[in-house]
Amino acid sequence: MKLRLAPQPLEWIDRKSSVSFTFEGQTVSGFKGDVISSALWAQGRKVVGRSFKYHRRRGLLSFANHDINALLQAEDRPNVRADVVQAEDGMSLTAVNTFGSLASDKGALVEWIGKFLPVGFYYRAFYSPKFLFPKWERLIREMAGLGKVNTDWSEERKPKRYLHCDVVVIGAGPSGMAAAIAAAKQGVDVCLIDENPYIGGSLDYQYVNEDSQQLNRKYLKETVESMPNIQVITSSYVAGYYGDHWLGINTPDGLIKLSAQAVVVASGVFEQPAVFRNNDLPGVMNASAAQRLMARYAVAPCKEAVILTANPEGYRAALDLHKNGLVVKAILDTGKTAGESVVQAKSAGIPVFENAVLVEATGRKQLQGVTFEVGRLQHHLSCDGLLMSVGWAPAGAPLYQAGAKFGYNYTLEQLLPVELPEGVFACGRINGVFEIEDRIKDGEQAGTAAAQTVLGKEALAPVDYTAKSAHSDPYPIWPHPKGKEFVDFDEDIQIKDLKGAIAQGFDNIELMKRFSTIGMGPSQGKHSNMNGIRILAKLTGKTIDQTGSTTARPMFHPTPVSHLAGMRFRPERLTPLHSFHQQRNACFMEAGSWLRPEYYPTAETREASIAEEVSAVRNSVGLIDVSTLGKLEVFGRDAGELMDRLYTMRMSNMNVGASRYALMVDETGVVIDDGVAVRYSEEHFYVTTTTSTSDSAYRLIQKKVIEWGLKVTVLNRTGQIGAMNLAGPNSRKILAQLTDLDLSNDAFPYLAMRRAQVCGVEATLIRVGFVGELGYEIHTDSQSALKIWASIMEVGSEYGIKPFGVEAQRLLRLEKGHIIVGQDTDGLTNPFEANMPWSVHLKKPYFLGKPSLMKLKTLQNRTLVGFELLSKAHKDMPLESNLLIENGAMIGRVTSIGRSATLNKVIGLAMVETAFSEENQVLKIKLTDGRFVDAKVIKTPFYDPQGLLQKPDESNEGEAA
Amino acid sequence: MPLRLLKYAWKKSEDEPRFFPDETPLKKAYDVVIIGGGGHGMACAYYLAKEHGITNVAVLEQGYIGGGNTGRNTTIVRSNYLTSEGVKFYDESLKLFEDLSDDFDLNIFYSTRGHFTLAHTDSAMRTMRWRAEVNKHHGIDSEVVDVETIQKEVPYMDMSCNGQHPVMGALYHAPGSVARHDAVAWGYARGAQQRGVEIHQKTRVTDIKTKGGKVVGVETDRGFVEAKKVISMVAGSTPRITEMLEIETPIEIFPLQACVTEPVKPFMDTIVVSGSLHVYVSQSSRGELVMGASVDPAELHSTRSTLDFVEGLTDQMMDLFPFTSRLKIMRQWAGMSDITPDFAPIMGKTDVEGFYLDAGWGTWGFKATPVSGKTMAYTVANDTPHELIKPFSLSRYADFKLVGEKGAASVGH
Repeated sequence: MKLRLAPQPLEWIDRKSSVSFTFEGQTVSGFKGDVISSALWAQGRKVVGRSFKYHRRRGLLSFANHDINALLQAEDRPNVRADVVQAEDGMSLTAVNTFGSLASDKGALVEWIGKFLPVGFYYRAFYSPKFLFPKWERLIREMAGLGKVNTDWSEERKPKRYLHCDVVVIGAGPSGMAAAIAAAKQGVDVCLIDENPYIGGSLDYQYVNEDSQQLNRKYLKETVESMPNIQVITSSYVAGYYGDHWLGINTPDGLIKLSAQAVVVASGVFEQPAVFRNNDLPGVMNASAAQRLMARYAVAPCKEAVILTANPEGYRAALDLHKNGLVVKAILDTGKTAGESVVQAKSAGIPVFENAVLVEATGRKQLQGVTFEVGRLQHHLSCDGLLMSVGWAPAGAPLYQAGAKFGYNYTLEQLLPVELPEGVFACGRINGVFEIEDRIKDGEQAGTAAAQTVLGKEALAPVDYTAKSAHSDPYPIWPHPKGKEFVDFDEDIQIKDLKGAIAQGFDNIELMKRFSTIGMGPSQGKHSNMNGIRILAKLTGKTIDQTGSTTARPMFHPTPVSHLAGMRFRPERLTPLHSFHQQRNACFMEAGSWLRPEYYPTAETREASIAEEVSAVRNSVGLIDVSTLGKLEVFGRDAGELMDRLYTMRMSNMNVGASRYALMVDETGVVIDDGVAVRYSEEHFYVTTTTSTSDSAYRLIQKKVIEWGLKVTVLNRTGQIGAMNLAGPNSRKILAQLTDLDLSNDAFPYLAMRRAQVCGVEATLIRVGFVGELGYEIHTDSQSALKIWASIMEVGSEYGIKPFGVEAQRLLRLEKGHIIVGQDTDGLTNPFEANMPWSVHLKKPYFLGKPSLMKLKTLQNRTLVGFELLSKAHKDMPLESNLLIENGAMIGRVTSIGRSATLNKVIGLAMVETAFSEENQVLKIKLTDGRFVDAKVIKTPFYDPQGLLQKPDESNEGEAA
Repeated sequence: MPLRLLKYAWKKSEDEPRFFPDETPLKKAYDVVIIGGGGHGMACAYYLAKEHGITNVAVLEQGYIGGGNTGRNTTIVRSNYLTSEGVKFYDESLKLFEDLSDDFDLNIFYSTRGHFTLAHTDSAMRTMRWRAEVNKHHGIDSEVVDVETIQKEVPYMDMSCNGQHPVMGALYHAPGSVARHDAVAWGYARGAQQRGVEIHQKTRVTDIKTKGGKVVGVETDRGFVEAKKVISMVAGSTPRITEMLEIETPIEIFPLQACVTEPVKPFMDTIVVSGSLHVYVSQSSRGELVMGASVDPAELHSTRSTLDFVEGLTDQMMDLFPFTSRLKIMRQWAGMSDITPDFAPIMGKTDVEGFYLDAGWGTWGFKATPVSGKTMAYTVANDTPHELIKPFSLSRYADFKLVGEKGAASVGH
């Protein structure tokens, strides 16, 4: 193993177990605990990917998932982040977005024509001639995109978990650990989250050779692990902060949704690359990346290094290399850094060049050297590693999402949070605190303050631990006449691209982002936004604060769909009578989340089966399951008032024991629901809604109860009550055998409601006429419904009773001209248009939609009419939604249609312009194939127009009690 | 290699005309002030200048160009609406879209992909058929297709939807397209600017001044500006503007959210919408899946993102595309949609002389960008509503002449 170092004190690898996988067809072996990138690098494979646009060879940059240089295709998923995904035996990986292979990528030709591809080049060409654009677009689409999707991949889902804690601490570095400990000491429950597999943060890789810091590390880690009220969640990141301290946390095992009382953000800083010519050559990397390689995986970043730095961290990295026996040829200090590590580096004999200006990195396939200037003198050093330590940008996503404001600190040359929302705290390097002892103290005070917020105590005024000298170069950017200085590595954005964007007027940070695509790649600007801001500020002569920053939206890292989706949950609702339907081999249909029998296949064909069901109802008796109807109970002093306000008809004057049609419209007068209301007692109503509107109606009613301030309780009993409709001339005879209730017309007239024992079970009986025959709707608790149903079927067998499904019911109600809300009505239909003026009681002082209906009454220009088709040929059968055309203009549409065996004709309902609604008007229906068929407007009901059959013992209409 | 790119390569400096000017002081007075520098505002400015010769125009934008809903939508363009008024209006928009790249000398990546609106229920099938019949009547390429046809076009879609609510058919609209949304605003902005229109970003209108029922100007955070005609084209911020004039509208603001996956190589060419599953998805030319769902359940004037949204969307999307479970969501965001009761826009004159309204864009604003600009420009220039937008006047609510586009909204509300 070429670059593997001797064992490191804190290494994460297990040298006793090796792993082996293939990369670009070649076998790579590493140790258990290696991430893919470290295994590759250890073997000297420094080219881990190709760049997005120019297909330049790329090595490791941040080695922390802040760039996508190492983005791989696995057999079972695209876009694997090699810097953070552990190597596993048997993996088969290739680089994404190469044409040919990583070693020989034909896509690299793009770099040769790069001159012709300025920023936003795709906006400037390819659109003319128009017919060629699809071909160009296809090519551009093929060139873009990263990994490949295999559409045969199976569905993956991971269950979600919920967590609640008092204080959540994001980031388990020194300040985060200290914050967690301090909060926990106050007695509150703490969650400590870190994206690395172990807690420790930079103490695990930046201070490994400093004994005093390792003592700090040991103390913090052990204390965290010993405290029972700190829950540590590693290998997990906060994907998003959503209002009210609600966090989505992505873990390897799925999503955790965490609700906290207070949030401490100790997420640290992203190291920012320097921008100079060929800064993307494999071998050029962030100094922190080199330190991670060495400390965690015992992998040397290079053999001969040059350090480019603007801070003590760079000197520390030099010392780490030195300690590992690697050659540090020089430290190029962009200024004149002072401090203990500088002294140590110098005393270790490392040459230091102060006020160095970088010219370029050189090398063909990999870094071979670096050219720089000091004063006017140009120097060149050969090296295979150039480590950049020129500055930091806040890992501020959770803070930005929580609504924190950032401001630029000129002492530090770093953006710092200057205004935090309530219950949100920041500490550590994101807060501008750099010395470990200070970071611990800053963490302690943030953790304490967060706990005190939870406990309702006053927090002390915080002590300012902000560093007193810069840790970032104010402009680590060295343009080169020949370009190739990369700002955004994901998107191959160079200085000239930003210049070009700005020159064209995209000089607002958001516009520059959107035009140049800086920060729009998968790492979402983690390594590029700060340099982008610096360049824009410089070129427009503005300050960093004036320039501003782009919004850091969720996700922090791209987050698996399988985790966000979680387990599939689609409730499927079965009625209490489902087992019966199954026994009868019912053909089921979905009605919202319910399964309902569409019909029972008793004859050869669907149509014939439905016709048999219809015939049974018309000639003897049938039974339908209507348990899916929404069922609401309304109790309380203002129950009558509420019912009056909700429905178009008057309800408060209903007698106890009566029922009434219940039609609801919205504020604009549009029909939104219908059902039947009954009155159980003075202050107690029961009302049904349609199957599909049960939830929306219940929601609306609850809202209205609150708005209107009524003393009333509304219960949704849809799932608790089973219901069936026994209909047909023989229905009474059957029911009489199952109840002691007096069913005579005098005792139980049409539209009355009675409570009675049926088969020994308490039930509500309503005499309804939806299908146009003598009929009883029976509502009972869902456990008892099957008992009643089975008894009815048994007793009914001597009358040839048939269960009937939704299709037969649709035809039966169509024969009666009854509407189905949502089918015969649309998003604008009011009751007048639906030809139901009788259902609107405008004399009521108020009901929902009344003001609109008052007006609409005089404005009617559409009417729902009945029609019969003049042709009976099957080929001439229109479909619902076919249009009615008159003189080339649309005058309406078919809303319902059916072939009535009872009437031996095709009948239907149509919404037409009122001018065409007169009886005997001939309507031209345009079939889907463009032919026309004629229909004639006729009166509804089509069947039994006087309504004699649903109340066979009466001659007059009217409400009974 | 297209000639235009060769040409650019040999130029030393950036000679592409600037899209937006440097900051300049506001003038004392303009003939027309447009509030809102999104696609609609820019398009209106463009057509005012280009077609009506009105160039003494200022577009005032509180943020940056295209930073509102123009940059937050899912870029779908279609004309398969439900009402005659809607179909005619959006058809005109689609035609304008087709020529925009040439008009602008800027590729807006107008990419015709074909648009499936899936139906999973009988009642959805009825609505699809209704839309198809209305569309065909107006000569729009739109039809109801069966499961086999859909499967052929989108072979990787699970038509069984994991065994529940299987796809029964779809409304297919061949001209359905996607476009680069930002570029539309930029193209209009550059075109308007070249013709003399002033664009002022980071300029917030704080009040509209009237005298005797007529508009006389706007107050901004950069001072007062005289203007006889003021147009509000601010979508989700409409209530803030109409309040200044005490104009009542039935607009309610609901957040509408969207998200994208990490980019992958192209595999999805069509636009797929499912109202039942509350999902719409297309693949951008960059390779990201661009996805949206229905508007949030409660009114809110905010562009915050929610976790519920991505949870629900990804869950439902997997019913159609199980393999997308292996993708990752990269970014999510929200816009404020200004929803009207009939799901149609509010356009044209108002009771205040000189104040024009272009609002009520709900979830359908981007696709109307060109036509709204064009018809509003006409309306302002002639002080009389353009024929296409007469049905969309604010007064229709008082007159109960609603337009009824709810059935054509892409996903449930």
